Amino acid sequence: MIRISREVVLRIEKHGERTYPDECCGIMLGVNNGVDRIVEEIVELENEQNENRRRRFFVTPKQYLRAERAAAGRKLELLGFYHSHPDHPAVPSEFDKDHALPWFTYIVVSITNGKAEDMTAWLLLETREGFDNKEIMIEEEVDSKR
Amino acid sequence: MSIKVFIPTPLRPYTEKKEIVEVNGHTVDDVLRNLTSKYSDIRQHLYSENGDLRSYVNIYVNDEDIRYLEKEKTQLKESDTVSIIPSIAGGVGVTTFEDEIQLSNEEVLRYSRHLIIPEVGLSGQKKLKAAKVLMIGAGGLGSPLGLYLAAAGIGKIGIVDFDVVDLTNLQRQVLHFTQDVGRSKLDSARETLYGINPNVEIETYGERLSSENALRVFADYDVIVDGTDNFPTRYLVNDACVILGKPNVYGSILRFDGQVSVFDAKRGPCYRCLYPAPPPPGLVPSCAEGGVLGVLPGIIGSLQALEVIKLILGQGEPLIGRLVLFDALKFKFRELKLRRNPECPICGDNPTIHELIDYEEFCGIVPRAVETEEIVDDKTEITVEQLKTRLVRGDDIFLLDVREPHEYEVVNIGAYLIPLSTLPRRINELDRSKEIVVHCKSGARSARAAKYLRENGFKAVRNLIGGINAWAERIDPSLPRY
Repeated sequence: MIRISREVVLRIEKHGERTYPDECCGIMLGVNNGVDRIVEEIVELENEQNENRRRRFFVTPKQYLRAERAAAGRKLELLGFYHSHPDHPAVPSEFDKDHALPWFTYIVVSITNGKAEDMTAWLLLETREGFDNKEIMIEEEVDSKR
Repeated sequence: MSIKVFIPTPLRPYTEKKEIVEVNGHTVDDVLRNLTSKYSDIRQHLYSENGDLRSYVNIYVNDEDIRYLEKEKTQLKESDTVSIIPSIAGGVGVTTFEDEIQLSNEEVLRYSRHLIIPEVGLSGQKKLKAAKVLMIGAGGLGSPLGLYLAAAGIGKIGIVDFDVVDLTNLQRQVLHFTQDVGRSKLDSARETLYGINPNVEIETYGERLSSENALRVFADYDVIVDGTDNFPTRYLVNDACVILGKPNVYGSILRFDGQVSVFDAKRGPCYRCLYPAPPPPGLVPSCAEGGVLGVLPGIIGSLQALEVIKLILGQGEPLIGRLVLFDALKFKFRELKLRRNPECPICGDNPTIHELIDYEEFCGIVPRAVETEEIVDDKTEITVEQLKTRLVRGDDIFLLDVREPHEYEVVNIGAYLIPLSTLPRRINELDRSKEIVVHCKSGARSARAAKYLRENGFKAVRNLIGGINAWAERIDPSLPRY
């Protein structure tokens, strides 16, 4: 299960609405306690995709390394990435699958006509053949000790 | 030698949660091989089914991406760190490249020998199908080039040519057949290429490539292939490619010698870095003047086709920054390293050329009177008709032929033979008091000879416009043209 605070959910939604009709993307930092993953912080990223930003997002190696360092600096883990699907359902695409890494949590938020709608979370299957849909638990306040 | 490898978070479950793993190896390839044999579950996330590194896997040695070093062959030192860094990508996936391009069952069978090479495979064949390649010229180089590109399944081939098939073309231009003589080269080429592969889309441009149309024509293509035989077009193709940021696959041929390179100003030098200025007009003969062994364009044009296909597949090491010289008589390939010239007027650090220029003028070519039967009232030139009239009249004209002896053997009109290259030391064989008409094959060499003679005190020297070929065509059709 993914546990995430309402405030962070709102920030992801706002990010997606702000960049609409382009895609947005960002990193999620937090704790992995072996059962749940608790998102504590997000960092917005500039979408480095040059062409076709409406349908694609791209995180460069430099941005990725900064994300790893940010996680280490805060004593958190890099849990994964979120991105938006403007005017498309919050379901991972074939393209998402081909470019996904194992272990990471991918959160997808659908933005329809500029307004955030659904939010879903996914984990790549070990076989790389698809994604496992993970439940998102929105909490008023997250407490990773709990 | 033990090397530290940085493992990104998502791959740490496969390395016992270690962020840094130490493995042995002298090159990046060794290190990755040892890493994946130690932690075998990591393999499928680093490599795709055909054994290439996945497109979103970046390998760094210290701070450098190995794509800018020597890729997997990059050598390592004791203190180096190899980092595996994913670039994260995703997005709504209604259309992915792989889905958009499909191969029919006929195409799968047709390209079967490509599909079973791991470096091509289905994804490479789809890249070829998605690619658009523009050929400048459907002549000697364009012939093997077009044949192989069409056979390989390039999606769209553009051809620029304004010429008509001539009997003298057939000795090397294998795109065209005997029955095509007199037809437009574009029609003939289209027919041959469709015959080889009807899946290919062929677009033709029946215009002389110029500064006015080059950017418009090039814009739609991924790779431009230069198969021209003249300097103005070569500089034009180069400059248009630099301006549009497209690779230019270059080839040239003369007699037994050929050259090939790939000029891509984004990744290396351009043609102007190699040859900042054109040679003086007339110094380097064209194939029509100097001749060419028919099989030579077959070799050089095929090498160009090879480089086009490699560029599209993204496989191997393209001929960027390297010039290959082929000497067919010695059977030697030599390779010269080329460097980008920071002073280059078009791709350098402070370029002075920002748009296409007048390339005829740049190459010192003065537009000259078209050979027609119109009267040339000039003391330096004479038409074949005028010469005939004066000879019939019995005027005392000394005919001088400045071609080579082996050309004289092919056909001659009984003129006195002094090859152009020997003219300076044999000038005393000529009588300064006589009126002289100089000829060669088509008029270029004899123009230089006439100019040389006038500069050396000969008063009445005329160049025969169109040379012995014009004579054979318009005065004495019993003679062969060549």
